[in-house]
Amino acid sequence: MKQRFLSTGVFAICLAALWSAFPPGGLFAADGIKLGVAGAHTGDLASYGLPTVKAAELVVKEINTKGGVLGRQVELVVEDDACKPELATNTATKLVSQNAKLVIGHICSGATKAALGIYRDAKAIVISPSATSPELTQSGQYPNFYRTIASDDAQARLEVEFAIARLKVRKVAILHDKGDYGKGLAEYAKKFVTDSGKATVVLFEGVTPGAVDYAAVVQKVKRSEAEVVIYGGYHPEAASIIAQMRKKSMKTPFLSDDGVKDDTFIKVAGAYAEDAYATGPKDVSKNPLATAATQAHRKVYGTDPGAFFLNAYAATQAILNAVQKAGSTESAAVGKALQTQPVDTPLGKIRFDKRGDAIGVGFAMYQVRKGVYAEVK
Amino acid sequence: MDYFLELLIGGLTRGSIYALIALGYTMVYGIIELINFAHGEIYMIGAFTALIVASVLTLYGMTGVSVLILASVVAVLYAAAYGFTVEQIAYKPLRNAPRLSPLISAIGMSIFLQNYVLIAQTSDFLPFPNLIPALPFMEPYAHIIGSTELVILLTTAAATLALTIFIKFTRMGKAMRATAQDRNMAMLSGINVDRVISNTFLIGSALAAIGGVLIASHVGRINFYIGFIAGIKAFTAAVLGGIGSLPGAVLGGLILGWTESFATGYISSDYEDVFAFLLLVLILILRPAGLLGRPSVQKV
Repeated sequence: MKQRFLSTGVFAICLAALWSAFPPGGLFAADGIKLGVAGAHTGDLASYGLPTVKAAELVVKEINTKGGVLGRQVELVVEDDACKPELATNTATKLVSQNAKLVIGHICSGATKAALGIYRDAKAIVISPSATSPELTQSGQYPNFYRTIASDDAQARLEVEFAIARLKVRKVAILHDKGDYGKGLAEYAKKFVTDSGKATVVLFEGVTPGAVDYAAVVQKVKRSEAEVVIYGGYHPEAASIIAQMRKKSMKTPFLSDDGVKDDTFIKVAGAYAEDAYATGPKDVSKNPLATAATQAHRKVYGTDPGAFFLNAYAATQAILNAVQKAGSTESAAVGKALQTQPVDTPLGKIRFDKRGDAIGVGFAMYQVRKGVYAEVK
Repeated sequence: MDYFLELLIGGLTRGSIYALIALGYTMVYGIIELINFAHGEIYMIGAFTALIVASVLTLYGMTGVSVLILASVVAVLYAAAYGFTVEQIAYKPLRNAPRLSPLISAIGMSIFLQNYVLIAQTSDFLPFPNLIPALPFMEPYAHIIGSTELVILLTTAAATLALTIFIKFTRMGKAMRATAQDRNMAMLSGINVDRVISNTFLIGSALAAIGGVLIASHVGRINFYIGFIAGIKAFTAAVLGGIGSLPGAVLGGLILGWTESFATGYISSDYEDVFAFLLLVLILILRPAGLLGRPSVQKV
């Protein structure tokens, strides 16, 4: 009898194991599509992650009332990583084991990077609304990763492309303020100029913020015969440098970043600011979808949306649109749809390039014209 | 050659501003052996006053040189009043305290004045109008020396000359030198030492205000913090030249300006400050009292 019990027990265990290997979801086709949302939902960076959950909820609710995706309802699976890389791997494992193979997240670059290996092995598609570290897409290690935010080097790339293609320069002077932000940008710009092979960096220097004047460095730019100055930093130094350049009757174009795309720059540099270029975030305030998304948030949650809300909204729309267009949740098909099928989002009409960066998202070039920044088309 | 000349002039301009501020440091140190850390703030207040006066005058339709002169005069008077008041409030009561007390008091005054301007005015950078008109006859040389730079150089030279004459040939100048040599002896021989000290602060502050107006016109922007860096650099210049020595302050200012300009021009602007302070260290190792300073003799 004892023997008998044992074998029955083993059988039961086997059955149970079989049962869990084929969960009900796999057996009944009418079950929902699981959409994972990962990011910081607790801890000091929660304010970066929670708006993404709300964006996903809003988009999913709207799509479900319209009949869902591929005739199936979309279910959200929300997991917290507190923006910590060591937690993010757990978060990813949890999502994957719950069969959520479409993920919006993660929020912080470090956590995203830690989690991506797990998603890659599980063949899950991941779209981050906020991870900006360039290597996530550029290393080529994570073909299943996409994002709806511009990477950290996007401004430098735009500046260099603009200088070479539109201003047709061959010699570039790059100045920066020695800070993390300014120097980082300047180093990317230098790399892009060198990589392009179409122009050379004739001067690469840091200036001291708050120095009494910038006469010597301006003379140096003049002597280098640079055809454009790319400045990485903030507006106070930029205003001084451009004023001193123009006073020395140098007409060299001045190209800078969103630290300079600030009205104070125009106020302080006055007439000297005229014709200066600066990159800045694309203006989405005139996009009716952005207005609608913001209003939906206000209606449902009673407050204005937080950080990366529109990026997350666009990410959710993009991933669900890709599933619909691909006709399945299989990762290769969804990935292909993300790259080929444009979708209308609050950030504009977007699709993704081969590396996973969104085309049409990010920064635009502005120029000071008659004392205001105007977008350069 | 042009490049060298441009750097030379650029360094000279910057050095002159350092010199104007350094004179105030060195005069005060010479007389009461106090490093007046609030001096940079007086320079900043001078620039702000000039900006306010110039804006008001421009609003009433005045233009050109008259605005520059009126704004400078008001700035000089106002800054001198500040210098005088700072001395009365923060240093005079500590005249016989240990030497560290007025030093701390000076740092406190510096922080106070910075934050006062921050609250009373703004934390933003403000555009400063170019009060110095472009001189037509300078046009052909504009790439080497602009009219603003010329005006800065001439003003500094005139101010330094006037100060030298004042110290050498007037009664008050003589009293100042006497006080600098030995305060107690000067007092015994009937010199009103308090008045001498007040005058020193008035003159030093006025010079700083001139520097403030000039550099603000040159650079075209000011905020509440400009006094700090300018003050540190000018203090370095004063030490370099030998603190307490007037020609030393001017020489120190010019050397510092040139070092920064040539280091930026021929090596790299990344290391502008490194070279400036390296020079200071070297000079202090070789000549501990500074270039023109007298080795201090302990008074007994």
